[in-house]
Formats: sequence, structure tokens, C-alpha cells
Amino acid sequence: MNVRLYVLQRASAAFMAPLLLIHLGVIFYASSRGLSAADILARTRGSLLWGTFYAAIVVAAATHAAIGVRVIASEWTRWRDDALQALMWACGLLLVALGLTAVAAVVLA
Amino acid sequence: MGEIAVSLWRGRADGSYQVYRVPQRDNQTVLDVVTWVQRNVDPTLAYRFACRVGMCGSCAMTVNGRPRWTCRTHTAKVVNDGRLEIGPLANLPIIKDLACDLQPFFEKWQKAKAVFAPRLTREDAIERIMPTTAARLAADAAIECINCAVCYAACDTVRWNADYLGPAALNRAWTLVNDVRDTGNRQRLAAVAAAGGCHTCHSHQSCQQHCPTALNPTASIAGLKRHTMQAYLRGELE
Repeated sequence: MNVRLYVLQRASAAFMAPLLLIHLGVIFYASSRGLSAADILARTRGSLLWGTFYAAIVVAAATHAAIGVRVIASEWTRWRDDALQALMWACGLLLVALGLTAVAAVVLA
Repeated sequence: MGEIAVSLWRGRADGSYQVYRVPQRDNQTVLDVVTWVQRNVDPTLAYRFACRVGMCGSCAMTVNGRPRWTCRTHTAKVVNDGRLEIGPLANLPIIKDLACDLQPFFEKWQKAKAVFAPRLTREDAIERIMPTTAARLAADAAIECINCAVCYAACDTVRWNADYLGPAALNRAWTLVNDVRDTGNRQRLAAVAAAGGCHTCHSHQSCQQHCPTALNPTASIAGLKRHTMQAYLRGELE
């Protein structure tokens, strides 16, 4: 871990913290109001706000997790730096792809 | 008083523990035990010491699984059920028996640029340094390191990552970052902000737990993390 990755990982965590609190609040709201899946989709489909909100979480989470996986791999394997970089990028891009697919499913009509 | 069954590490990395029976005495240190074995049982036993009073940092060993300065560790404190296990420090190559090769440890001090880079020469007048400034207080809090490598042997991150500079080198770098007489901070911050530098630390605080002089290298490393992060955000680091 160098200072650049350190800053990126801390910044992504700090960025995610308030968004995840909102996310939890939304879960409590939806479950306490007894909203059905159809009710929720009716609110999220076509919504630029929810699409942007969850896409931001996906990118931040993928950044944070990919750097973390790189650190774990650097300590528990004998992989060289270029292999660690490749693992980090693969992990990050996979998480972005999976996350954005999920966001698209609830936002796009 | 009775005897202690002392297990001493013999050989190199592929060596093993051998048991010696050593008379237990009042006011006996772990270093006394090792010395007794060498002088009375086996003169080929290799170990390292110099000052015997906790100043030089030469005699650190692993005592019952924990790194300690042996000259200031009384047997009364560590003998457990009449037994004592003494091995070489962890995380360093074993030269022979209880003596480790400290070269990697001190090479990392160099790599961390943990070396004083003076602004003045011996021809200049001695500079007055106020001991009450925040920077000097931060430097003084970390300055009394005796280079014993106990923190280095105790560090999980050193064990996991051979490139990690380790608590002692980073602690020394932190004292220099806070030293107004020093001019090497640009290179030093770049060195400790690179891979294997201060951001590799997991803050397990084993260094602080085991430091015989009660220093807190974890706090020094946290200071370096803050300092390098600010320098990075200002664009002063590549």
C-alpha cells in the first residue's frame, strides 16, 4: 500500500459512509411502510437521482474493496507488484460491472 | 533456590531447542541465564550483548514467545513452572543460536531515510532549540529508541510483508520529520509514503506493547500517515 492507494481507500470509505446511512434509512422506510417490490420499482425506474445515488455507492465500494483485496493478497501470497495490480483492477472492474448491472435492473425501465 | 529448565535455541533456522538446567538465583536476569550456560555448560553458545543495563539494545531475544530485552528481564518475572524458553528474535535471519542478523533491520532505516540531514555544519554556532514547541515534543516522545529490534520482531506486518520498513525505522523517520534542524523531509516523506512504507502498518500496536522503553511507534506511524497524506494532497509527493 502506498500513499495514493491509502488516500483512495480512506476517501472511498468516507464518501460511502453517509450514503450507506441513507441506504439503511431507505431500507427501514421501505420495510416499515410495507412497500412491495412493485412499489419500490415504481419509485426507482427512470429515476436519475436513485440511479446516480446507487451508482456512486457501487463505484466507491468497488474502489474500497479492490484496494483491500490487493492488501490482503500482498500479505498472504508471494505475488509480485504487477500481479497485485492486475488482481486489484480485475476485482474492482468485476464489482463495478456486477453493481452497475444491479443498479440498471432497478433504475432502467 | 532451585533450578530452571531452560530451553535454548541451538543452530540456525533449521535448529531446535535444547534444555539446560541452570541454578535459579535472586536478582537473576534472562541474560544472566544465557551467560551461565555459555560459561559453565557450552562455550559454543552464540548470543549478543554489550551494556547489560538496557541502553545498547544488543541483547533482545524471544523469551517464552515474546520479544524482550534480556538484560532487564528478571527470571522471577518470566520463569513459568520452573521452565524458560529463550530463542532468537523473530522476523530476522538467524546467524547462530540466539544471535540474529540485524542487517535487514538497519538497511530499512536507510531505506526510510531515517538519517539526520543537517542544515548547519560544525562551523556554525549551535542552534537553540526550544523544547516546548509542538514539533520538538513530538520528536522527543519518540526519540529514546535503543535500536533493539524488539518492535520489529513483534510486528505482524513485518512477518507478512518482507518489504515493510517496520516500526523502528518509521519511528525514527517521525522524529526527524519533527526535527527543525533537519532538511531531508522531501526525500524522507517520499520514502515512507512508497509501497512498504507507513501505510502498510495495520496499527496492531504490538510494537507499542513490547517496546522495552515504552515508546509508541504506532503513534509515530500514524503521524507519518497524516503527514504524507497532507503532502500528497498538496501535490508534494509523486
